[in-house]
Amino acid sequence: MGTNTDKGYIVTNKFIKGITKKASWQLKDNEVTPPEIFNQRRNIIKALGFGALSATLPGTAKAGVFDIFSDKKPGLPFATEQLEFNVNPRFELDETATPYRKVISHNNFYEFGTSKQDPVNNAQSFQVEPWQLVIDGLVDKPITLDYDDLISLFSLEERTYRLRCVEAWSMVIPWTGFSLANLLKKAGIKSSATHVAFATLYDPQQMSGQNSRRLGGGIHYPYVEGLTIDEAMNDLSFLSVGVYGKTLPPQNGAPIRLIVPWKYGFKSIKSIVRITLTDKQPPTSWNQLAPSEYGFYANVNPAVDHPRWSQASERRIGEGGLFSAKRIATLPFNGYGEQVASLYRNLNLTKNF
Amino acid sequence: MRLTKKQLPWLKAICHLIALWPIFILIYQVFNEQVGGEPVEYIIHYTGIGALNALLAVLLISPVAKFFKQGLLMQTRRLVGLYVFAYASLHIFAFVSLDLLFEWSLLFTEVFKRPYILVGALAYVILTLLAVTSFNALKRKMGKQWQQLHNGIYAIALLAPIHFYWSVKSEIIEPTIYIVIMISLLLVRLKLRR
Repeated sequence: MGTNTDKGYIVTNKFIKGITKKASWQLKDNEVTPPEIFNQRRNIIKALGFGALSATLPGTAKAGVFDIFSDKKPGLPFATEQLEFNVNPRFELDETATPYRKVISHNNFYEFGTSKQDPVNNAQSFQVEPWQLVIDGLVDKPITLDYDDLISLFSLEERTYRLRCVEAWSMVIPWTGFSLANLLKKAGIKSSATHVAFATLYDPQQMSGQNSRRLGGGIHYPYVEGLTIDEAMNDLSFLSVGVYGKTLPPQNGAPIRLIVPWKYGFKSIKSIVRITLTDKQPPTSWNQLAPSEYGFYANVNPAVDHPRWSQASERRIGEGGLFSAKRIATLPFNGYGEQVASLYRNLNLTKNF
Repeated sequence: MRLTKKQLPWLKAICHLIALWPIFILIYQVFNEQVGGEPVEYIIHYTGIGALNALLAVLLISPVAKFFKQGLLMQTRRLVGLYVFAYASLHIFAFVSLDLLFEWSLLFTEVFKRPYILVGALAYVILTLLAVTSFNALKRKMGKQWQQLHNGIYAIALLAPIHFYWSVKSEIIEPTIYIVIMISLLLVRLKLRR
């Protein structure tokens, strides 16, 4: 603790200006089901004999309709760790943040399955150590970062960003990490570099979606994304290693992911192993799959609809139950026009969607 | 063994149980947060698949009845058909209430601007007509017209899986399977008729 405060860091939920307090997102003790009651429920279900019924079904059926009665114990949840960081006041929002439990249980990460609940169910045994992130291509000095480097190379900051999915739902999320520009500057950008390409880990053993067309939704793996160099160097472009002050769970893209909040969520590539500077526009996964529906830029734009649904409004996922969500108007560049609109002055955003 | 009139109520009770069981499971899953913290898409998809499965079941009844010479089986068709309507209604209610959050203006623009929703809506309009004319009294009154109207089920059998295929982002294997099965069921009919 001493050394942390010396460096000016704040360890949230441990020590804030002499007050010990729990962060708002942490579950209060009375919100957690006590293990004995949880086990009791299991036993009641077992006693009803449904366990035996589900045992006679093939695996796929069990995973679907009958998984509530299957006897299989869910594996231990992935262990996250508390991070040390400063809150960056320039990126605070006065919008209600989406609660942690929804942020980690409603994910698009097709490497672990195409349903929203698949990643949280299938990713808990994902290995992030050892990890290697390579920064190469048109740089002065290629860098390889290991897992510890990711959280210790730069001082970490927290930024609260809006996240707008191309499927017209949105969240507000406090991410912990560092600026992408800082990392690129460290490697030294050659003047010939015009774009930055990103790639997710390719590991079909761990990521079952990469193994099967059915589970992985037909995406050509590894998942790749890209930005122009100006986009990558923009102040907003962020590499996240944590969410709500703790290291990322696998379903949110552990151990390191991109956050580009003025673009649709699929641009914010997860579990990155390679960042390559190039002099060409790199291929991007959703664009490869359906070029008429997903462009390279994918800037949030209420005026340009997806061919199969409207982008004019979005369903904001907040606190509370199913009916308490709100539909709000979608803003150009997801409300970050001030910071990024100038990047696209000479671009037709209807054509370059 | 031939199905008897006495056994028919039991058969119908079993049909009700099979049709209602998935609803209980859905409610259990949602209230125990077993399908993620925000199961909107899950509920819409689940009830849609429920409607498709009930549609498959109702289309299977007459070929099965003919093949196994179980004429009484035909008497379960209205019951199963009404479950197609019930699941489709839940599907649409979930879309309007949970996804659109009752923004009716958005519903009308979405239906007419989005071809996959238009296809689904068309199927639902036909289905509604079949549901409201499903009573025996009306059936007798309508005579020949009733059968003509109720042949609309074949249009639904094509529209519904196309709606599914068109709606997904990329995972087309499941919708393709539904299209293939529906077309096979229609082909079986053509063959049995001859």
